Amino acid sequence: MPAKQKKRQEKDGRHHHPRGVRPFWSGTISFGLVSVPVHLFPGRRSGGVAMRMLDEDGTPLARRYHCPEHEVDVHPEHIVRGYELEDGSYVVIRDEELEAISPKKSREIDLRRFVDIAQVSPTLFDRPYFLTPAGDSTKAYRLLADVMHQTQKAGIATFVMRGKEYLVAILSHGGVLSAQTLRFPDEIRDADDVGLPEAPQIDREQVSRFEKAIRKHSVNELPRDELKDASTEQLTALVEKKRKKGQDIVETEDYEPDASEPSSDVDLMEAIRRDLQGGNGAPQRSDADGSDLEDRSKEELYALAKQRNVPGRSKMNRDDLITALRKG
Amino acid sequence: MAARAIWKAVVHVGDLSVPVKLYSAVEDRSIHFHLLHDQDMVRLKQRMVNPNTDETVPHEQIRKGVEIERNRFVVLSDEDLESLTPPASRDIEISHFIEREAVEPPWFDRPYFLGPDGDAPEYFALAKALAGSERIGLAHWVMRSKQYHGALQPEGDYLTLVTLRHAGEVIEPGELEPPAGRDLDKKERDLATRLVAGLTEDFNPEDYQDEYRERVRQLIDTKRRGGTIEVEEYEEVPQERSLAEMLEASLSR
Repeated sequence: MPAKQKKRQEKDGRHHHPRGVRPFWSGTISFGLVSVPVHLFPGRRSGGVAMRMLDEDGTPLARRYHCPEHEVDVHPEHIVRGYELEDGSYVVIRDEELEAISPKKSREIDLRRFVDIAQVSPTLFDRPYFLTPAGDSTKAYRLLADVMHQTQKAGIATFVMRGKEYLVAILSHGGVLSAQTLRFPDEIRDADDVGLPEAPQIDREQVSRFEKAIRKHSVNELPRDELKDASTEQLTALVEKKRKKGQDIVETEDYEPDASEPSSDVDLMEAIRRDLQGGNGAPQRSDADGSDLEDRSKEELYALAKQRNVPGRSKMNRDDLITALRKG
Repeated sequence: MAARAIWKAVVHVGDLSVPVKLYSAVEDRSIHFHLLHDQDMVRLKQRMVNPNTDETVPHEQIRKGVEIERNRFVVLSDEDLESLTPPASRDIEISHFIEREAVEPPWFDRPYFLGPDGDAPEYFALAKALAGSERIGLAHWVMRSKQYHGALQPEGDYLTLVTLRHAGEVIEPGELEPPAGRDLDKKERDLATRLVAGLTEDFNPEDYQDEYRERVRQLIDTKRRGGTIEVEEYEEVPQERSLAEMLEASLSR
């Protein structure tokens, strides 16, 4: 098939099938001899407004890989990965070779160690993900999530995803498992590596001035409104203003979407929610009214309410907490 | 070798101020590859083209736009983008102090070290006061034309500043409903709790190395000497026994 025709077909295909959200990784969590099949989804929204590069006439630009030797744009099939040696030559590494050296159990997260999450320094946290149940039954998933939540422990493991090994902390928040990739210790500098000077004799009075200032500005909850993305909000407002005025608007023909464009945040949330509610085609028991809440102590209920951000929880008694948690 | 400071600033806590230098706390260890043309092993260059003409569009001719509906863009001029840039500043404002646990892991993004700028006893006083408070400071600053939020934290005698993701970007677990199902079996829960307890240890990051990265390095070494590697398949372990049986077997291992 001529390249041009092929390209058009791909383009049309994209039109009929809006981009679905697929898990980043699918595999199993091994917990003792129990296997918990899971999907792994990104744990954050893209947030920002996607800006596109355009030509002067407004045509969205496309990215090409150009071979300066042959003076042609190279199709992805003919692109290989090369590691540059000191003499400027390359060692070519093919996908199959990387696949072959990934650990045998590359589809497995082996949970053999649990730690107190407070022991993990926030400087290690890299990217957040959610884990959703993938098999026919959610029972093993719920059991693991429940026990990890009750014990307030994080599982630590390594696994291979998309050609890279990750160190990961598996956490449970009120029955939902999340995964937080961690930086390996050799990827993090300490004060010595940075070359910071040693602490001098510290003036007690100066410390107490800071202590006073810290007390004065202490609050109990994370002030989320302070963490807004003001630049993106301003950008959105500017775009909206121009749209209303019909100012600086260009119409384009159909174009190739950028492969790196993230799927929509709404689609991502829906995919995670559907999976959590057993959207894998698995028949689910419908006792979703949270009947096990009755079995929990007030402390446990309060902890759950805190994790789910239930407003007014600190003034609630046990029954109020159960009602509020059932309402979601 | 000591790292180079990437920025100088002043941390403000109430009316107290601390001159600091900012250093990256991350060391890039990844193995970098280049994209090559398989015909001649020549390194490929990326270029941005107009897909209608396949002509390269020079950098100064590229405009930026936001898609408002399919195939309709609002074009933003340089002045528009300029007007959105926050004013330059060297101030890191600490607005509040919160308990460390109030900031969940998904908020944390990129870590930096702060060091004293010059002879700064107040730097070490702040680090000490912060460590004693068991809190972290919520920081706001503009660096290289970008607004950042972050967590100011004690690290030994020193201070780190970890950038935080924006609200709206972070999906908080409270937004999600856990999977529902029949009540969990008490025996299974007890067994699983015992298994977690049995596997609980202190966290020691030094126990972990990126073994895969090392294997990629070895693969490169093997291939540069003209060697080859074997390809193996991985197998999946089927699960047949009941949850309780598997948990009991796990505990008795």
